[in-house]
Amino acid sequence: MELSGGEILIEALKEEGVEFLFGYPGGAVLHIYDALYEQNSVKHILVRHEQGATHAADGYARATGKPGVVLVTSGPGATNAVTGIATAFMDSIPMVVLSGQVQSRFIGSDAFQEVDCIGITRPCVKHNFLVDSLENFAETMKKAFHVATTGRPGPVVVDIPKDFTAPGVTVPFNYPKTVNMRSYSPAEQGHPGQIRKAVDLILSAKRPMIYSGGGVVLGNAAAQLTEFTELLGYPITQTLMGLGAFPASNKQNLGMLGMHGTYEANMAMHDCDVLIAIGARFDDRVTGEIESFCPDAKIVHVDVDPASISKNVTVDVPIVGNVTHVLDAMIALIKDTGKRADSADLAQWWATIKGWSDMNCMAYQLDDKLIKPQAVVEALWRETKGDAYICSDVGQHQMWAAQFYGFDKPRRWINSGGLGTMGFGLPAAIGVQLAFPDEVVACVTGEASVQMCIQELSTALQYSTPIKVISLNNRYMGMVRQWQEFNYDKRYSHSYMDALPDFVKLAESYGHVGMRIDKPGDVEGALKEAFAMKDRLVFMDFQTDQTENVYPMIEAGKGHHEMRLNPARELA
Amino acid sequence: MRRHVISVLLENESGALSRVSGLFSARGYNIESLTVAATHDPTLSRMTIVTIGTDRIVEQIIKQLNKLVDVVRLTDLTEVAFIEREIMMVKVRAVDAGREELKRMTDIFRGQILDVTDSSYVIELTGDDYKLSGFLDAIGRDNIIEAVRSGATGIARGDKSLKP
Repeated sequence: MELSGGEILIEALKEEGVEFLFGYPGGAVLHIYDALYEQNSVKHILVRHEQGATHAADGYARATGKPGVVLVTSGPGATNAVTGIATAFMDSIPMVVLSGQVQSRFIGSDAFQEVDCIGITRPCVKHNFLVDSLENFAETMKKAFHVATTGRPGPVVVDIPKDFTAPGVTVPFNYPKTVNMRSYSPAEQGHPGQIRKAVDLILSAKRPMIYSGGGVVLGNAAAQLTEFTELLGYPITQTLMGLGAFPASNKQNLGMLGMHGTYEANMAMHDCDVLIAIGARFDDRVTGEIESFCPDAKIVHVDVDPASISKNVTVDVPIVGNVTHVLDAMIALIKDTGKRADSADLAQWWATIKGWSDMNCMAYQLDDKLIKPQAVVEALWRETKGDAYICSDVGQHQMWAAQFYGFDKPRRWINSGGLGTMGFGLPAAIGVQLAFPDEVVACVTGEASVQMCIQELSTALQYSTPIKVISLNNRYMGMVRQWQEFNYDKRYSHSYMDALPDFVKLAESYGHVGMRIDKPGDVEGALKEAFAMKDRLVFMDFQTDQTENVYPMIEAGKGHHEMRLNPARELA
Repeated sequence: MRRHVISVLLENESGALSRVSGLFSARGYNIESLTVAATHDPTLSRMTIVTIGTDRIVEQIIKQLNKLVDVVRLTDLTEVAFIEREIMMVKVRAVDAGREELKRMTDIFRGQILDVTDSSYVIELTGDDYKLSGFLDAIGRDNIIEAVRSGATGIARGDKSLKP
C-alpha cells in the first residue's frame, strides 16, 4: 500500500487504537488535516488553544491509561503546547504530541512559524523525534507510542516537517508490529534477591508504614497494593498523585501525606521504623525537610525508574521494576513464608496512630453565612456518591478536593501534581468526559485557575461534554494569599482577583448553564439541581469564605512532626 | 567530591549531544570536559565526560544518563583500571634563550613542536590531565599565548569493552 505522510500518520493512529486526536490546525499541518478530513476512525477534537489540547489529551490518558494524542502546528502551536507537555512529563503521563514543522529545506532559516520544537521540548519530554524522511515515518510513529507508554511513561513529541506529509509524495506503508531499540529497555521484573531482602525487612517491622504514589495508579497496580496492604495489616498513606490506588474508605488508610496531608499520616511517617515506598518519588512536597524525614526508618523503595531511587532520600532496599510484578512477587513470598510482623508490636503501633487520628486534623468550622469550601467538596462527594471523576486545577481548591473527596478507585482523581499547572482542570475534564461519556465528571476549580483555559468552554459545547464545574470562588488566588498571610505579614501582593467576570453570564454566553451560590444552605440543593442536568455543562460559581486556609500544613523547612493545624479545629 | 571519567556509548544521531549537555545544565551537574565522536560503527558515538561530584551526585548522573533514550550503554571508568588521554596544543612565546629551554622541556614531556616562527612555537602534548597541567606549570603560564585542549578520552584496560 502506497501512502502519503499524512495518510501514514492517520494509519499509524488507527494501528495504535487512538480514539481521539486533540488538535488545532495551522499551516504546517494542513496536509495532515486534509488527510483527517477523509476518515472517521480517529475523532478529531478541536480545542480553542493548544494548551487545552495537551491537557485534554492528558486527562484522557490519566483516566483511561491509554496514551493521549495531540496534533498542533509549528511555531506558536508547538510553544503553546509546551505547558501541557511539561505537565504530563512531571506526572509521567503517556502522551504523543505530533507537531508540524516547516518544510525540511527551510529548517534553520527562521521561516514563518518556525521554532526549534525539538530543542524547546527536550527538557520536558521522555523523548522526541524529528522525522527525517518519509521512509522512516511509520517506524518513528511506532517508536513514539512505544516509548511514551512503556517503563515510566511520559510525553513524546514527533516533529514532522511539512514536506513529509505532502499528498502527492507516497511510499509503501508497513506499520511495524514490534519495536527494537537497543538503547531503550525498561525494567519489568524486580530482582528476586532484592525482593526477598525487602520482604524480610517488611516482616521484621515494629512500626511499619506504606507510602504509595502515582506509580501505582500508572502501573495499574491498585488491586495488588490493596491485597499487599490488607495482607500485612499495615497503615498506608498516599501521595497526592496516588489517591484512589488504595480505597479512602479502608480503615488502614491514613489519607494523604505531605505538606497538606493528615496529621496521622505525617506523624506515622516520622515515627515509623520501616517505610515501604511504592511508586512514589520522595517529592519535596511529600518529604518536608529532608534532614528530618523518617529519621528512624529503614526504607524499601519500589520504582520502575532507577533514577528515582536514592535521588532525594537514600534508601536501604531498592527494587527496580514494574510495581504490579514486584507487588505480586512480594505478596506470593509473604504468603509462602507464612510469617507476619509481631502482632503485639503492630497493635501498639496502631494504638499510637489512633491517638494521632483522634486529633481530628481535618475538622473545620462551619459558618451560617459563609460557604466553607471544604463543605462544598464534602457535599459534592455525597451528591456523586464518591464515584465521580474529579479533575482539578491548582491551588487551595485542589488540596480541599484531595482532602475531602475520598477516592475509592484509581484514575478518578485527575490533577496536575508535579508541575502544578493552573488551567489544567477544565480541558482535562473534557478529555475524561470524552473517554467516559456516561460517567459523572466534575472539575473542582477556582476563579483564578479556571480563567487560564476558560476558552475550552467552547470546546465543551461543541462536543457536548456535560461536565460540572465546581468553582470555589474566594476572589483570591487562594494558595498565594495563604502563603502571604503566613509568611509575608498579610501583604497580599497581587493575589486579589479584581474585575472578575459574571461567571453565570459567561457560562451562558458559551451556551452552558451558569449558577451562582452564595449561601451555605443552598449548596446541597444547587448541586442536586446541577447534577440532575445530565446532558448540560453546568458552571457553579460558589462564593466561598475568603479567609479559609488549607490545613494541616507543613511549612517550608519543617519536618513531618511539625504540622500547623487548623486553629478553628477546637471549635468545630 | 571526586573526579569521575564516564564513558558513554550513544546513538550517533543529531540531537544526542544536546540531550546529554542539556541534562547536565538542567540538573546543575558539573562538566569538566566532554568529548564525542563517531566510533568504528558509524551508527554509534562514544562520549567521554569528566565530572566532579559526590558519590551520590555521580550515581544520579549515571542513572539520568542511562535514562536518556539515545544512550545505549555507559560505564564509570574511574571504577576500573583505565587509560586516559587528552591532546593539547600550546602556542608559546619563544625568543632568545627561551627557545632552547622550551625545546628541552617539550622533549622531557615527550611532546612535539608542530609550528615554528621567529617568536613562537606550537607544542603538541598528549597525556592525562595531570601531565598536561604539569607541562603548563613547567613552561610558565606567562609565556603561553594560547592553549587548546581536547578534553579527556578514556578506555578501560584489559579486554572489557562497551558494546551495544
